[in-house]
Amino acid sequence: MGMAAEAQFHVLAVDDSLIDRKLIERLLKTSSYQVTTVDSGSKALEFLGLREDDQTDPNPPSVSSNHHEMEVNLIITDYCMPGMTGYDLLKKIKESSSLKDIPVVIMSSENVPSRISRCLEEGAEEFFLKPVQLSDVNRLRPHLLKGKLKEQQEQLQIEQLLPLPPPPPPAVQQQQLQPQPPSNKRKAIEEGLSPERRRPRYSGLAMV
Amino acid sequence: MLGLGADRLRADMNRLLALLFHQGVLDEQFLQLQQLQDETSPNFVYEVVTIFFNESEKLLRNLRELLLDKEFSDYKKIGIHLNQFMGSSSSIGAKRVRNVCVAFRAASEQNNRAGCLRALELLEHEYCYLKNKLHELFQIEQQRAMAAAVRYPIQD
Repeated sequence: MGMAAEAQFHVLAVDDSLIDRKLIERLLKTSSYQVTTVDSGSKALEFLGLREDDQTDPNPPSVSSNHHEMEVNLIITDYCMPGMTGYDLLKKIKESSSLKDIPVVIMSSENVPSRISRCLEEGAEEFFLKPVQLSDVNRLRPHLLKGKLKEQQEQLQIEQLLPLPPPPPPAVQQQQLQPQPPSNKRKAIEEGLSPERRRPRYSGLAMV
Repeated sequence: MLGLGADRLRADMNRLLALLFHQGVLDEQFLQLQQLQDETSPNFVYEVVTIFFNESEKLLRNLRELLLDKEFSDYKKIGIHLNQFMGSSSSIGAKRVRNVCVAFRAASEQNNRAGCLRALELLEHEYCYLKNKLHELFQIEQQRAMAAAVRYPIQD
């Protein structure tokens, strides 16, 4: 039931409201994610091993010495928090070389279009209106899978790169013009389908 | 016949819930909370609502202290408390409480002290009603759970 054979995704949830932390934790656990909740942006950065001065902390605080092994696959944060807002946290994460690839989702109780676009422009993947529901949490999966896929590709590249690769000899170059990187292929397929798609690409799951 | 008492109590619960929905005291978010409750988290609704009660009572106390202070002028602080109250009531589906908070916030943004005092009274009233009804709901649920666990016929 709850025991997945595959590794679980780990989500870090940030919210100053205790009720909302309980809610988001339950929502995420129901969807089989591993969850850590913190009540502020600064605690989130601490957990992620990033000190206030933006240096990655080689020895993160020993609240739990397991933090280094607990990789975070997604961060979901409230927008309105005292001190560091969700937007500030988003910025700090995107400015950090070690953390910028972690997908970030913003939650807010207020529907302010300028706020939403500001967050999306800064790199947030999604913006959820509170109260967050199970249908919202279902929208997280593609972002997590994308991150995992990217990670696996990078891992594969690292494994293939034993010593640094010499530049490809001219004879081989003609061959290498042909194969396209996977992302272009996917795009090409999608463009092929697009005449039949009525709905915009973003709403993969039906919006109720 | 097992669990006759349990069935009747479940009907009572549903009737009370329907009433609260009809009155606009609760909305669909409360149903979402119930859906999140299962064997792995069997007391989820009760736990969340209990946190809500504790937080709300603190907020109401703070609001009252602020407004009744002769020297009062910190409308911004009222706003902060109200934002928190709005958020938590919205998260548990306490629709009427949340709506009063909205009106309260409007009064505070206009620096309308009399309006704020009126809103506070209304808020306390709505909160009291909600708390009583939710307690009733939990009591019925508790009785239902006990009745459902009974293994021998219930004498009526």
